[in-house]
Amino acid sequence: MRILAENADRAKILAGGQSLVPMQNLRLARPEMLVDINGIDSASFVMVDSDVLRIGALARHIQVEEARVPGPLGGLLEEVGRQVGHLPIRLRGTFCGSLAHADPAAEWCALLATAKGNVVARGLGGDRVIAADDFFDTAFTTSLALGEMVVEARLPVLSEDWRFGTAFLSRRAGDFAVVLVIALIRVVEEKVAEARIGLGGVSDRPVRARSAEAMLVGERLNRELLEHAGRAAADGVEPLGDLHGTAEFRRHLVKVLVPRALSNAWGLG
Amino acid sequence: MSRATVPVTLEVNGETWDLEVEPRWSLAEVVRSRCGLTGTHLGCEQGICGSCTVLVDGDPVRSCLIYAVQCRDSRITTIEGLAAGGDIADLMEAFSIHHGLQCGFCTPGFLVLASAVLERDPSISDGDLEEALSSNLCRCTGYYSIIKAVRSVRDQTSAC
Ligand SMILES: Cc1cc2nc3c(=O)[nH]c(=O)nc-3n(C[C@H](O)[C@H](O)[C@H](O)COP(=O)(O)OP(=O)(O)OC[C@H]3O[C@@H](n4cnc5c(N)ncnc54)[C@H](O)[C@@H]3O)c2cc1C
Ligand code: FES
Ligand code: FES
Repeated sequence: MRILAENADRAKILAGGQSLVPMQNLRLARPEMLVDINGIDSASFVMVDSDVLRIGALARHIQVEEARVPGPLGGLLEEVGRQVGHLPIRLRGTFCGSLAHADPAAEWCALLATAKGNVVARGLGGDRVIAADDFFDTAFTTSLALGEMVVEARLPVLSEDWRFGTAFLSRRAGDFAVVLVIALIRVVEEKVAEARIGLGGVSDRPVRARSAEAMLVGERLNRELLEHAGRAAADGVEPLGDLHGTAEFRRHLVKVLVPRALSNAWGLG
Repeated sequence: MSRATVPVTLEVNGETWDLEVEPRWSLAEVVRSRCGLTGTHLGCEQGICGSCTVLVDGDPVRSCLIYAVQCRDSRITTIEGLAAGGDIADLMEAFSIHHGLQCGFCTPGFLVLASAVLERDPSISDGDLEEALSSNLCRCTGYYSIIKAVRSVRDQTSAC
C-alpha cells in the first residue's frame, strides 16, 4: 500500500493482467511501475459472512463462478461468470480487477450495480465503502482516488424469494457482450415485490432500467407486460454506437433482451 | 524506462533455468528467446488468439499476458514438455487424423488448451467443450475438425 501511495501518479496495480497487459502491449497504457498483488494469498478469498458475500482483491473470476453461494446469488454468479471471457481468462483475471477496470460492458460491473453491491477501497488513510452507484464514474473510470486499491467487493446474499434471469448478446462466445441484461425480481405471493434490471453495454457505465422496474412492482408478469417493460427500458437508454453495434442496434437489443431476462427470471419459458 | 535485468529462476518442463530478464518481458518471450522453446507461438500479444497458451501450475494461461518474473514459484509446462512426456500423444494423433490443423500456427496453443480442458473434466459435454475451445483462434481449419479431434480423444478416454 505504501509503495502504491508513494508512487500514486505513476504506479498501477497488476492483478490478473487480463486487461492491463493487453493495454500495455498495445501501448494504450504505459505505467512506469507495476505493483503486483498476486503474491498476497490472503486476498484470494470468496466467503459468506452473515448476509454478505465477500470477494477478495485476488479472487479469480472462476472462483466466484464456482463459489456455490447459498440461495439465488449462487446460481446468478455461475450464470453470469460463465459469460466472462474464456477459461484461461477466468483462471487469471480477478473480480475486483474487472470492477476497477470498469468496462461499460463488463458482466461483473453490471452485476455489482444490479445486486446493489459495494466496494471496499483502501488507501493510506484507511478503508471506505463505496456503493456501486457511486463507484462507476464513466467508461474505464471509477471514483477510486489515486493510490487507493479495491481490497474487496461485497454482494448481499439473496433470500430465497429472489429470482434471477439474464440475457446476453455477444458476437462470439467469450467476447464482451454488445448488450447484457441482468434481471432480479423478488416474488411474494406470486407478485413482484421488488425488481431490478441492470444493463451493460448501453452507456458509459452499467445502468439500471428504473422506469421498467417500476412498471413491474405489484404485478404478475405476462408477455404483454414484459414487452412494455422492454420498450420502457429501450426508451430510457442513450447508447453510444461503435464498431460492435450502432446505437440503434443496441437500443433494439435492450427492447428484446429485457423481456427475455425477465421471462427467464419469472419462469415464463 | 529502466532496461535493467533482474535474476529469475524458472522451472520449465521440469528443468530449472537461471535467467536474467527485464521485468517487462512476457513469459512467452522468455520461453521462446531465452529457453529456445519456440513451440509457444505469439499471434496477437493481446490475449485474444490463445496461440501462446502454456500451463502455469497446471492451469492454461495466456503467456503473452503474464510476466516471466511473475512465474518465479510456478511450474511451467510448454507444448514441448507435454509432447516429450507423451501426455498428448493421443491428441496429436487425433489432430492429424481429423485434420485439426493446416498451417499449424495455432496448433500448439490448441493442444495445450485441449489437454488442460480434458484434464479438468475428462467427460466434458459437447457444448462445454466447444465453449472451452472457442477460447483460441484458428485461421485455417474452420474449427469443426479441431472439435472433432478433441471429442474423439475424450470419447476414447472416458470410455475406458
Ligand atoms: C480475450 C479476453 C476476453 C475477455 N472477455 C471479457 C468479457 O467477456 N467480459 C469481461 O468482463 N471481461 C473480459 N475480459 C477482461 C477480464 O475480465 C479481465 O480479467 C478484467 O477486466 C480485469 O481484471 P484483472 O484482474 O485481469 O485486472 P488487471 O488487468 O490486472 O487490471 C485492470 C485494471 O484494474 C486495475 N486494478 C486491478 N485490480 C485492482 C484493485 N484491486 N484495486 C484497484 N485497481 C485495480 C489495474 O491497475 C488496471 O488498471 C477479457 C479479457 C481477454 C484477454
Ligand atoms: S499471443 Fe497470447 S493470446 Fe495471442
Ligand atoms: S491451422 Fe492455421 S491457424 Fe490454425
